[in-house]
Amino acid sequence: MGRPAGAGVRIEWQRGRTADASWLAPAIVLGVLAIGVVLVPALAARDPLRIEDVLARRLVPPLAHDLRGEFHLLGTDRFGRDLFVRMMLAGRLSLLVGVVGAGLAGALGTLIGAIAGWAGGALDRLLMALADVLLALPRLVLLLVGVALWAPGLQTVLVVLIGTGWMGIARLVRAEVIAVRARPYVPAARALGAAPGRLLFRHVLPNALGTAVVATTLGVGNAILLESGLSFLGLGIQPPSPSWGNMISGGRDLLVVAPWVALVPGIALVLTVLAASLLGDAWRDRLAGERVTR
Amino acid sequence: MRYHRVRSPALVRVAARTALLYWCVLSLTFVLLRLAPGDPATFLLPPGATAADAARLRAELELDRPVAVQYARWAEHTLHADLGRSFVDQRPVMAVIGDALPVSLALGGASLLLSFLVGAITGVFQAARHGRAADLAITTVSVVLASSPAYWLGLAGIACFTYLASTLDLPLWMRLPAVGMTTPGVELHGAAHLADLIRHSVLPVSLLAAIGAAGVARYVRSSALDVMRADWLRTARAKGAGERRVLAHHLAANLRAPLLTLFALALPGTVAGSVFVETIFGWPGMGRLMVTSIVARDYPVALGCAAAYGLLVLLANLAAELLLPWADPRVRE
Repeated sequence: MGRPAGAGVRIEWQRGRTADASWLAPAIVLGVLAIGVVLVPALAARDPLRIEDVLARRLVPPLAHDLRGEFHLLGTDRFGRDLFVRMMLAGRLSLLVGVVGAGLAGALGTLIGAIAGWAGGALDRLLMALADVLLALPRLVLLLVGVALWAPGLQTVLVVLIGTGWMGIARLVRAEVIAVRARPYVPAARALGAAPGRLLFRHVLPNALGTAVVATTLGVGNAILLESGLSFLGLGIQPPSPSWGNMISGGRDLLVVAPWVALVPGIALVLTVLAASLLGDAWRDRLAGERVTR
Repeated sequence: MRYHRVRSPALVRVAARTALLYWCVLSLTFVLLRLAPGDPATFLLPPGATAADAARLRAELELDRPVAVQYARWAEHTLHADLGRSFVDQRPVMAVIGDALPVSLALGGASLLLSFLVGAITGVFQAARHGRAADLAITTVSVVLASSPAYWLGLAGIACFTYLASTLDLPLWMRLPAVGMTTPGVELHGAAHLADLIRHSVLPVSLLAAIGAAGVARYVRSSALDVMRADWLRTARAKGAGERRVLAHHLAANLRAPLLTLFALALPGTVAGSVFVETIFGWPGMGRLMVTSIVARDYPVALGCAAAYGLLVLLANLAAELLLPWADPRVRE
């Protein structure tokens, strides 16, 4: 969508104050979250998946003790499971899906874009036609068709996210490769006897990589949102494995008696997606800045 | 696919290319769905059915033929604008989609219009006061909104405006219905029906519109800031044009074209994205239809949905292309 929207903002506000450190806050949030999702479920007093003593523990509001005297930071769900621990356990899956899904989609897109841009001709047309076909449907529709292909679960979600996420990056990388290919140092390297593969991977692709990395980072938040959406619809991660999407879905019919069950996991979700997209924005600004000064 | 000049041979080429692309999209969806392991027969038969029943049903639905034969028959029917009948209730797919599409189009279209209206005004307002507290506050809100899943905001909205509002005994007009398009069990006509529909639309439409407006505002703000630094805008000011005229005339003229393109690009996504809002609020739209048909392996309906979405994308792009010369006179020949 043309110029990055949030991007200009921080630069203007911070110009003349300090060096641009807008990546710091989202990076800290993501770091704390990453540590939390690893440590909290591991250190939890009870197994976050186990259901026991339901009557004494169910639907405890946030910041309260249950009838056994245990404290629950964010309350409990209808089966008496601690929401904070479950939220962190769900975070493992969400972060994994976001990073791996967007990362592999980015890698696939980079590879396809590089091949298309480098080879040109019929192969280029074929690959770009494939991208066009996949881009002609809204991504959500493609995802819905895709999840029908296999049993719902983590692998299906990942495969579908990768299969529907590479096209934009492939186009970006292709354009960069075509632009870089024309620079004088490429024929120079070729004249010195560099093989085509070496030319592409050592001389051309590194110049296109910045764009791909930024686009991939921006895709992480989107991947997390889409995964949670699929899980919310019952087509993604299946209970009892917690994911932010299916936790929110599980709290839907409790909205009257215990709104926190549905609303608490969403806070983690929003925070993560927000941090991921701010980080992507910050990297994009930095890249744009380098381009200008270069 | 943006073309700056539309000439007739080019137009024919674009049309042929678009039709081919559309056919590829439909074929891809067909093949993907037939590759799916779930057998529609097992979803359709009652629990006590025998293997012979399943075989008979498969033969009836022509699912026992090779995929290539199925594809050929499907292609023939589709080319004759016959999308087949739903596996589940035998209704023609056209009729099923004819019921669901207007719901989604109304929901998506209304919220998209609202989001562009609100987003454009907000973005220009932000650009006019950029760097000040109001700008910072709106930017924060829009960044958070853009990162929030629609279904979660929907549940939060229901929690506030339905349950909290009735707990607090707020006046009736401030309490909004949580589910459905109309009040069930009541036959309303004319103005009363419309009022009921609007009351039920407030939460879902404003929700989708708020999320959309956040993105539009961010885009408009940064485009407007670019425009405001332009030399010709300084010239306009130097000539003595007032701030209001600068914003309403010079700035608006330059934002028209990108906004039009953005609108066309956003329309299909918004209509598809309304699946979450449809789920939360129980609206019988395309998103719900697509999800239920895929879960039930109702291939004809799922394919029909994909066809409708694809057509929407193409029509939206085409409309944007045709309207672009109006929005941006520089494109005209």
